Amino acid sequence: MLSKKNIKLLVDPINKNNPITVQVLGICSALAVTVKMKPAFVMALSVIFVVAVSNFIISLLRNGIPKRIRIIVQLVVIASLVIIVDQFLKAYVFDVSKQLSVFVGLIITNCIVMGRLEAFAMSNSPGRSFLDGIGNGAGYGAILIIVSFFRELFGSGTIWNYHVIPQSWYQAGYSNNGLMILPPMALIIVGIIIWVQRGKNRDLIEKN
Amino acid sequence: MENLLNIFVKSIFIDNMIFAYFLGMCSYLAVSKTVKTSFGLGIAVVFVLTITVPVDYLIEKYMLKPGALTWLSPEFADVDLTFLSFIIFIAVIASMVQIVEMVVEKFSPSLYSSLGIFLPLIAVNCAILGGSLFMSEREYANIAEATVFGFGSGIGWLLAIVGIAAIREKIKYSDVPAPLKGLGITFIITGLMGLAFMGFMGIKL
Repeated sequence: MLSKKNIKLLVDPINKNNPITVQVLGICSALAVTVKMKPAFVMALSVIFVVAVSNFIISLLRNGIPKRIRIIVQLVVIASLVIIVDQFLKAYVFDVSKQLSVFVGLIITNCIVMGRLEAFAMSNSPGRSFLDGIGNGAGYGAILIIVSFFRELFGSGTIWNYHVIPQSWYQAGYSNNGLMILPPMALIIVGIIIWVQRGKNRDLIEKN
Repeated sequence: MENLLNIFVKSIFIDNMIFAYFLGMCSYLAVSKTVKTSFGLGIAVVFVLTITVPVDYLIEKYMLKPGALTWLSPEFADVDLTFLSFIIFIAVIASMVQIVEMVVEKFSPSLYSSLGIFLPLIAVNCAILGGSLFMSEREYANIAEATVFGFGSGIGWLLAIVGIAAIREKIKYSDVPAPLKGLGITFIITGLMGLAFMGFMGIKL
């Protein structure tokens, strides 16, 4: 089951072939949910579920889908899975579901899902597609969690809603950086993550 | 009237699709290498948003909301189809894009050839679905408000992509650190542009 090739499918998207920083997919719904770690984590889990299961289903159906209408078929499968996720979140973690608001629905047009369906599931077996989905979802989730970690730590002084910055620091004049909570900082943090990653991995640097 | 103007300005500057919500980032990053193509894509987005948001508004009002089906028969008063909204919205968007594509091809071949490849791509642009979802979340009072919101969001998106494309054309001549080249610097510039747009916050007409 977990041969070397399959492990590569799982691990590659987390660093070398990361969907956000290398393939440039799925930034749309990613960054707005990273103010706090909890919604980011829930979002990451939802995306992993949707990518993996839709990859699996489309890969099962791949020989029966006519080429011309495949986008519609893919959208229907993705939309049904997202509805399941949305209803599940509303039922069990209502407060997080409120925070994520429209961004759960936007998983449908998340380029990662469509991108992996087109690039991988349409031409690979269900088992391998499932692993690819988990890998890519996890790669996306990793970036989400890193970004939200920094934004929550510096923006609100908490990690997962627990205060980690000691009260004495605040008395000594430290204060939370309100800039971190604003949306543009998410973009800048992702820019810096790309910088660090490409600095370590020289072959990812763009030419031109 | 004042209310409409307020929604218009708000959807362009304050609730800008890209700088405030990061919607449509995929095509924003991929197509913003030259001003000309990004302008074409921007126009296409304005076009499609202005059509899909009011259509989705009508569908939501007369089909999906709790009790919306009463115009068919009073028995449907407690039918709530809101859970279907995602799948219906995306179906509407995909088919509207198809129709817009055919209409544009028929009546304005020159516009069609300049939009050409971008139109089908728009079906999976998050900004379009996002427009419809925000419309349903913010509960606009009538179809005029929804239309103005769709149009304004499209203009805001157009503004953002043309702006970044112009900056990227210039930045080619600058000495950017190698690991930041391309994607990295684009993210950081977008962040800075977003900070500039934060200055519009709180504007009310």
